[in-house]
Amino acid sequence: MTHNLRAETLTIQGHRGDAIEAYVAVPTDVDQHGSIVVIHHLPGYDETTKEIARRFAANGYAAVMPNLYHREAPGADPDDAAAIARANGGIPDEQVVGDVEGAMNYLKALPTANGKVASIGFCSGGRQSFLVGCRLPLEGVIDCYGAFVVGTPPAEFPLRVTPVVGEAAGLRGEVLGLFGAEDQFPTPAQVDELAEALRAAGKTFTFRTYQNAGHAFFSSDRPSYRVEAANEGWREIFTFLSRTVG
Amino acid sequence: MCTYQTETLRLRASAKTPRGWVSMTDASVYFDHPVHFPATHALMIDVLNTSGGGVERVGLEMDAVSARNLAETILRALDNAPASLLDDSVV
Repeated sequence: MTHNLRAETLTIQGHRGDAIEAYVAVPTDVDQHGSIVVIHHLPGYDETTKEIARRFAANGYAAVMPNLYHREAPGADPDDAAAIARANGGIPDEQVVGDVEGAMNYLKALPTANGKVASIGFCSGGRQSFLVGCRLPLEGVIDCYGAFVVGTPPAEFPLRVTPVVGEAAGLRGEVLGLFGAEDQFPTPAQVDELAEALRAAGKTFTFRTYQNAGHAFFSSDRPSYRVEAANEGWREIFTFLSRTVG
Repeated sequence: MCTYQTETLRLRASAKTPRGWVSMTDASVYFDHPVHFPATHALMIDVLNTSGGGVERVGLEMDAVSARNLAETILRALDNAPASLLDDSVV
Protein backbone atom coordinates (compact mmCIF):
# COMPACT_ATOMS: atom_id res chain seq x y z
CA MET A 1 0.00 0.00 0.00
CA THR A 2 1.37 3.38 -1.04
CA HIS A 3 -1.21 5.47 0.86
CA ASN A 4 -1.99 7.29 -2.40
CA LEU A 5 -5.36 9.01 -2.43
CA ARG A 6 -7.48 11.70 -4.02
CA ALA A 7 -9.37 14.12 -1.79
CA GLU A 8 -11.71 16.93 -2.75
CA THR A 9 -14.81 18.90 -1.82
CA LEU A 10 -17.86 17.89 -3.84
CA THR A 11 -21.60 18.44 -3.88
CA ILE A 12 -23.67 15.33 -3.17
CA GLN A 13 -27.39 14.71 -2.80
CA GLY A 14 -28.43 14.73 0.82
CA HIS A 15 -31.75 14.54 2.65
CA ARG A 16 -34.73 15.02 0.31
CA GLY A 17 -32.36 15.45 -2.61
CA ASP A 18 -30.82 18.66 -1.23
CA ALA A 19 -27.44 19.52 -2.71
CA ILE A 20 -24.99 19.55 0.20
CA GLU A 21 -21.26 19.98 0.54
CA ALA A 22 -19.18 16.88 1.26
CA TYR A 23 -15.52 16.04 1.63
CA VAL A 24 -14.55 12.95 -0.33
CA ALA A 25 -11.32 10.95 0.01
CA VAL A 26 -10.73 7.92 -2.19
CA PRO A 27 -7.74 5.54 -2.29
CA THR A 28 -6.04 5.47 -5.67
CA ASP A 29 -3.74 2.52 -5.05
CA VAL A 30 -6.33 -0.27 -4.80
CA ASP A 31 -8.60 -1.87 -7.42
CA GLN A 32 -11.52 -2.28 -5.03
CA HIS A 33 -12.35 -0.97 -1.59
CA GLY A 34 -14.86 -0.81 1.22
CA SER A 35 -16.24 2.57 2.23
CA ILE A 36 -17.11 4.64 5.26
CA VAL A 37 -19.25 7.68 5.98
CA VAL A 38 -17.53 10.01 8.43
CA ILE A 39 -19.89 11.98 10.67
CA HIS A 40 -18.29 15.10 12.10
CA HIS A 41 -18.51 16.15 15.73
CA LEU A 42 -20.58 18.97 17.23
CA PRO A 43 -17.91 21.60 16.35
CA GLY A 44 -18.65 20.90 12.72
CA TYR A 45 -17.21 20.04 9.34
CA ASP A 46 -13.69 20.97 10.28
CA GLU A 47 -10.14 20.41 9.13
CA THR A 48 -9.30 17.71 11.66
CA THR A 49 -12.30 15.62 10.63
CA LYS A 50 -11.28 16.03 6.98
CA GLU A 51 -7.91 14.67 8.07
CA ILE A 52 -9.71 11.62 9.47
CA ALA A 53 -11.42 11.09 6.09
CA ARG A 54 -8.01 11.20 4.39
CA ARG A 55 -6.65 8.69 6.91
CA PHE A 56 -9.30 6.20 5.84
CA ALA A 57 -8.45 6.74 2.17
CA ALA A 58 -4.73 6.37 2.85
CA ASN A 59 -5.53 3.01 4.42
CA GLY A 60 -7.63 1.75 1.53
CA TYR A 61 -11.19 2.89 2.28
CA ALA A 62 -13.22 5.50 0.42
CA ALA A 63 -14.61 8.08 2.83
CA VAL A 64 -17.25 10.77 2.55
CA MET A 65 -17.94 13.36 5.22
CA PRO A 66 -21.18 15.25 4.54
CA ASN A 67 -21.35 18.77 5.92
CA LEU A 68 -24.34 18.30 8.23
CA TYR A 69 -24.47 22.07 8.83
CA HIS A 70 -24.39 23.03 5.15
CA ARG A 71 -27.98 24.29 5.18
CA GLU A 72 -27.47 26.42 8.29
CA ALA A 73 -24.60 28.41 6.84
CA PRO A 74 -23.51 27.61 3.28
CA GLY A 75 -19.87 28.49 2.75
CA ALA A 76 -19.34 29.68 6.34
CA ASP A 77 -16.33 28.74 8.45
CA PRO A 78 -17.02 25.40 10.21
CA ASP A 79 -17.06 26.97 13.68
CA ASP A 80 -19.51 29.68 12.57
CA ALA A 81 -21.80 27.07 11.01
CA ALA A 82 -21.58 24.97 14.19
CA ALA A 83 -22.48 28.00 16.30
CA ILE A 84 -25.56 28.63 14.15
CA ALA A 85 -26.60 24.99 14.31
CA ARG A 86 -26.22 25.06 18.10
CA ALA A 87 -28.20 28.29 18.42
CA ASN A 88 -30.96 26.75 16.29
CA GLY A 89 -31.25 23.79 18.65
CA GLY A 90 -29.21 21.34 16.59
CA ILE A 91 -30.22 19.53 13.43
CA PRO A 92 -33.06 17.03 13.12
CA ASP A 93 -32.18 13.32 13.23
CA GLU A 94 -34.23 12.70 10.08
CA GLN A 95 -32.06 15.18 8.17
CA VAL A 96 -28.87 13.52 9.43
CA VAL A 97 -30.12 10.13 8.28
CA GLY A 98 -30.98 11.57 4.86
CA ASP A 99 -27.59 13.21 4.47
CA VAL A 100 -25.72 10.06 5.52
CA GLU A 101 -27.89 8.02 3.16
CA GLY A 102 -26.84 10.37 0.35
CA ALA A 103 -23.18 9.87 1.29
CA MET A 104 -23.70 6.10 1.43
CA ASN A 105 -25.29 6.10 -2.03
CA TYR A 106 -22.41 8.18 -3.39
CA LEU A 107 -19.89 5.69 -1.99
CA LYS A 108 -21.76 2.64 -3.30
CA ALA A 109 -21.84 4.18 -6.79
CA LEU A 110 -18.05 4.61 -7.02
CA PRO A 111 -16.75 2.33 -9.80
CA THR A 112 -14.14 0.86 -7.47
CA ALA A 113 -16.51 0.28 -4.51
CA ASN A 114 -17.15 -3.24 -3.21
CA GLY A 115 -20.64 -2.16 -2.15
CA LYS A 116 -20.01 -2.35 1.60
CA VAL A 117 -20.28 0.80 3.71
CA ALA A 118 -19.74 1.54 7.40
CA SER A 119 -20.27 4.71 9.41
CA ILE A 120 -18.16 6.40 12.06
CA GLY A 121 -18.95 9.40 14.19
CA PHE A 122 -17.28 11.33 16.95
CA CYS A 123 -18.91 13.09 19.93
CA SER A 124 -22.45 14.05 18.77
CA GLY A 125 -21.56 12.14 15.60
CA GLY A 126 -21.11 8.98 17.68
CA ARG A 127 -24.79 9.04 18.55
CA GLN A 128 -25.64 9.88 14.94
CA SER A 129 -23.49 6.98 13.68
CA PHE A 130 -25.47 4.61 15.92
CA LEU A 131 -28.72 6.18 14.71
CA VAL A 132 -27.95 5.79 11.00
CA GLY A 133 -26.82 2.22 11.65
CA CYS A 134 -30.32 1.50 12.96
CA ARG A 135 -32.03 3.00 9.90
CA LEU A 136 -29.71 2.38 6.93
CA PRO A 137 -28.17 -0.75 5.39
CA LEU A 138 -24.68 -0.27 6.82
CA GLU A 139 -22.30 -3.19 7.34
CA GLY A 140 -20.56 -1.59 10.30
CA VAL A 141 -21.26 1.14 12.85
CA ILE A 142 -18.53 2.87 14.84
CA ASP A 143 -19.53 5.04 17.78
CA CYS A 144 -16.70 7.12 19.23
CA TYR A 145 -17.84 8.46 22.62
CA GLY A 146 -21.32 9.43 21.47
CA ALA A 147 -23.43 10.88 24.28
CA PHE A 148 -27.15 10.16 24.59
CA VAL A 149 -27.24 6.88 22.69
CA VAL A 150 -28.65 5.90 26.07
CA GLY A 151 -29.71 8.25 28.85
CA THR A 152 -32.21 11.06 28.49
CA PRO A 153 -30.85 14.61 28.48
CA PRO A 154 -32.25 16.88 31.22
CA ALA A 155 -35.46 18.66 30.26
CA GLU A 156 -33.76 22.06 30.06
CA PHE A 157 -31.52 20.99 27.17
CA PRO A 158 -32.35 23.23 24.25
CA LEU A 159 -30.96 20.81 21.66
CA ARG A 160 -33.29 18.21 20.22
CA VAL A 161 -31.30 15.21 21.38
CA THR A 162 -33.09 12.03 22.34
CA PRO A 163 -31.67 8.57 23.13
CA VAL A 164 -31.61 6.19 20.18
CA VAL A 165 -30.90 2.86 21.86
CA GLY A 166 -34.57 1.96 21.41
CA GLU A 167 -33.92 1.57 17.70
CA ALA A 168 -31.17 -1.03 18.21
CA ALA A 169 -33.30 -3.79 16.73
CA GLY A 170 -32.78 -2.08 13.36
CA LEU A 171 -29.00 -2.54 13.38
CA ARG A 172 -27.92 -4.69 10.44
CA GLY A 173 -24.16 -4.50 10.94
CA GLU A 174 -21.67 -5.00 13.75
CA VAL A 175 -21.05 -2.19 16.21
CA LEU A 176 -17.71 -0.91 17.48
CA GLY A 177 -17.81 1.47 20.44
CA LEU A 178 -14.72 3.36 21.64
CA PHE A 179 -14.96 5.22 24.92
CA GLY A 180 -12.88 6.99 27.56
CA ALA A 181 -13.03 5.77 31.17
CA GLU A 182 -12.99 9.39 32.37
CA ASP A 183 -15.77 10.57 30.07
CA GLN A 184 -19.00 11.87 31.59
CA PHE A 185 -20.83 12.03 28.24
CA PRO A 186 -21.27 9.08 28.03
CA THR A 187 -20.39 7.78 31.48
CA PRO A 188 -18.93 4.27 31.84
CA ALA A 189 -22.28 3.28 33.40
CA GLN A 190 -24.09 4.43 30.26
CA VAL A 191 -21.63 2.46 28.12
CA ASP A 192 -22.48 -0.62 30.23
CA GLU A 193 -26.18 0.11 29.75
CA LEU A 194 -25.70 0.30 25.97
CA ALA A 195 -23.76 -2.97 25.97
CA GLU A 196 -26.59 -4.63 27.88
CA ALA A 197 -29.17 -3.30 25.42
CA LEU A 198 -27.18 -4.60 22.44
CA ARG A 199 -26.77 -7.98 24.13
CA ALA A 200 -30.50 -8.12 24.78
CA ALA A 201 -31.19 -7.24 21.13
CA GLY A 202 -28.86 -10.03 19.99
CA LYS A 203 -26.46 -7.68 18.22
CA THR A 204 -22.77 -8.26 17.60
CA PHE A 205 -20.62 -5.56 19.14
CA THR A 206 -17.14 -4.75 20.43
CA PHE A 207 -16.67 -2.08 23.07
CA ARG A 208 -13.33 -0.71 24.25
CA THR A 209 -13.02 1.72 27.15
CA TYR A 210 -9.60 3.30 27.51
CA GLN A 211 -8.08 4.27 30.85
CA ASN A 212 -6.57 7.75 31.28
CA ALA A 213 -8.81 9.02 28.48
CA GLY A 214 -11.92 11.14 28.56
CA HIS A 215 -14.14 12.61 25.91
CA ALA A 216 -12.64 13.43 22.49
CA PHE A 217 -9.41 11.46 22.99
CA PHE A 218 -9.06 11.15 19.20
CA SER A 219 -8.98 14.96 18.73
CA SER A 220 -5.31 15.50 17.96
CA ASP A 221 -5.68 19.30 17.97
CA ARG A 222 -7.22 19.51 21.44
CA PRO A 223 -5.93 19.05 24.98
CA SER A 224 -8.25 16.05 25.33
CA TYR A 225 -6.03 14.08 22.91
CA ARG A 226 -4.63 10.88 24.43
CA VAL A 227 -2.03 9.31 22.21
CA GLU A 228 -2.21 5.77 23.63
CA ALA A 229 -6.01 5.59 23.50
CA ALA A 230 -6.07 7.13 20.03
CA ASN A 231 -3.45 4.75 18.64
CA GLU A 232 -5.17 1.71 20.13
CA GLY A 233 -8.51 3.05 18.93
CA TRP A 234 -7.25 3.44 15.36
CA ARG A 235 -6.01 -0.15 15.42
CA GLU A 236 -9.45 -1.30 16.56
CA ILE A 237 -11.11 0.75 13.83
CA PHE A 238 -9.05 -0.73 11.01
CA THR A 239 -9.44 -4.27 12.36
CA PHE A 240 -13.19 -3.70 12.51
CA LEU A 241 -13.34 -2.28 8.97
CA SER A 242 -11.31 -5.14 7.60
CA ARG A 243 -13.86 -7.54 9.12
CA THR A 244 -17.03 -5.67 8.14
CA VAL A 245 -16.48 -3.82 4.86
CA GLY A 246 -13.36 -5.54 3.50
CA MET B 1 -17.87 17.93 28.24
CA CYS B 2 -20.00 17.81 25.13
CA THR B 3 -23.16 18.31 27.14
CA TYR B 4 -24.97 20.26 24.42
CA GLN B 5 -26.11 22.55 27.26
CA THR B 6 -26.65 25.91 25.68
CA GLU B 7 -28.24 29.07 27.01
CA THR B 8 -29.68 31.28 24.31
CA LEU B 9 -31.05 34.81 24.46
CA ARG B 10 -32.33 37.53 22.19
CA LEU B 11 -30.45 40.82 22.33
CA ARG B 12 -29.97 44.13 20.59
CA ALA B 13 -26.34 44.77 19.83
CA SER B 14 -23.76 45.72 17.26
CA ALA B 15 -20.53 43.84 16.77
CA LYS B 16 -17.36 44.37 14.79
CA THR B 17 -16.81 41.51 12.36
CA PRO B 18 -14.22 41.03 9.62
CA ARG B 19 -16.76 42.75 7.31
CA GLY B 20 -17.21 45.75 9.61
CA TRP B 21 -19.93 46.66 12.10
CA VAL B 22 -23.16 44.70 11.91
CA SER B 23 -26.33 44.39 13.98
CA MET B 24 -26.72 41.31 16.16
CA THR B 25 -29.94 39.70 17.33
CA ASP B 26 -29.10 36.60 19.38
CA ALA B 27 -26.49 35.05 21.64
CA SER B 28 -25.56 31.56 22.79
CA VAL B 29 -23.65 30.91 26.00
CA TYR B 30 -22.29 27.46 26.80
CA PHE B 31 -19.50 25.58 28.53
CA ASP B 32 -18.06 23.03 26.16
CA HIS B 33 -15.09 22.15 23.98
CA PRO B 34 -13.49 25.29 22.52
CA VAL B 35 -12.37 25.56 18.91
CA HIS B 36 -9.26 27.64 19.54
CA PHE B 37 -8.76 28.30 23.27
CA PRO B 38 -6.09 25.89 24.56
CA ALA B 39 -8.15 23.99 27.13
CA THR B 40 -10.42 20.97 27.11
CA HIS B 41 -13.41 23.06 28.14
CA ALA B 42 -14.18 26.74 28.02
CA LEU B 43 -17.00 29.20 28.47
CA MET B 44 -18.14 30.19 25.00
CA ILE B 45 -20.17 33.17 23.88
CA ASP B 46 -21.50 33.46 20.33
CA VAL B 47 -23.11 36.74 19.37
CA LEU B 48 -25.13 36.12 16.23
CA ASN B 49 -27.33 37.47 13.51
CA THR B 50 -28.93 34.66 11.56
CA SER B 51 -31.60 36.69 9.78
CA GLY B 52 -31.58 36.98 6.02
CA GLY B 53 -30.06 33.56 5.46
CA GLY B 54 -26.53 34.76 6.18
CA VAL B 55 -24.29 34.21 9.15
CA GLU B 56 -22.85 37.01 11.23
CA ARG B 57 -20.98 35.82 14.30
CA VAL B 58 -18.51 37.02 16.85
CA GLY B 59 -17.24 34.23 19.06
CA LEU B 60 -15.44 34.30 22.41
CA GLU B 61 -13.82 31.40 24.28
CA MET B 62 -12.36 31.85 27.77
CA ASP B 63 -11.59 30.05 30.98
CA ALA B 64 -14.14 29.91 33.78
CA VAL B 65 -12.37 32.49 35.97
CA SER B 66 -12.18 34.97 33.11
CA ALA B 67 -15.84 34.41 32.32
CA ARG B 68 -16.93 35.09 35.89
CA ASN B 69 -14.72 38.18 36.06
CA LEU B 70 -16.14 39.45 32.78
CA ALA B 71 -19.73 38.86 33.93
CA GLU B 72 -19.10 40.63 37.25
CA THR B 73 -17.35 43.51 35.50
CA ILE B 74 -20.27 43.97 33.15
CA LEU B 75 -22.71 44.07 36.06
CA ARG B 76 -20.46 46.50 37.98
CA ALA B 77 -20.24 48.81 34.96
CA LEU B 78 -24.01 48.79 34.64
CA ASP B 79 -24.51 49.32 38.38
CA ASN B 80 -22.13 52.29 38.34
CA ALA B 81 -23.73 54.00 35.36
CA PRO B 82 -26.45 56.61 36.02
CA ALA B 83 -29.89 55.15 35.54
CA SER B 84 -30.82 57.89 33.09
CA LEU B 85 -27.98 56.84 30.80
CA LEU B 86 -29.08 53.21 30.95
CA ASP B 87 -32.54 54.25 29.85
CA ASP B 88 -30.96 56.31 27.09
CA SER B 89 -29.31 53.22 25.61
CA VAL B 90 -32.63 51.41 25.19
CA VAL B 91 -34.10 52.42 21.84
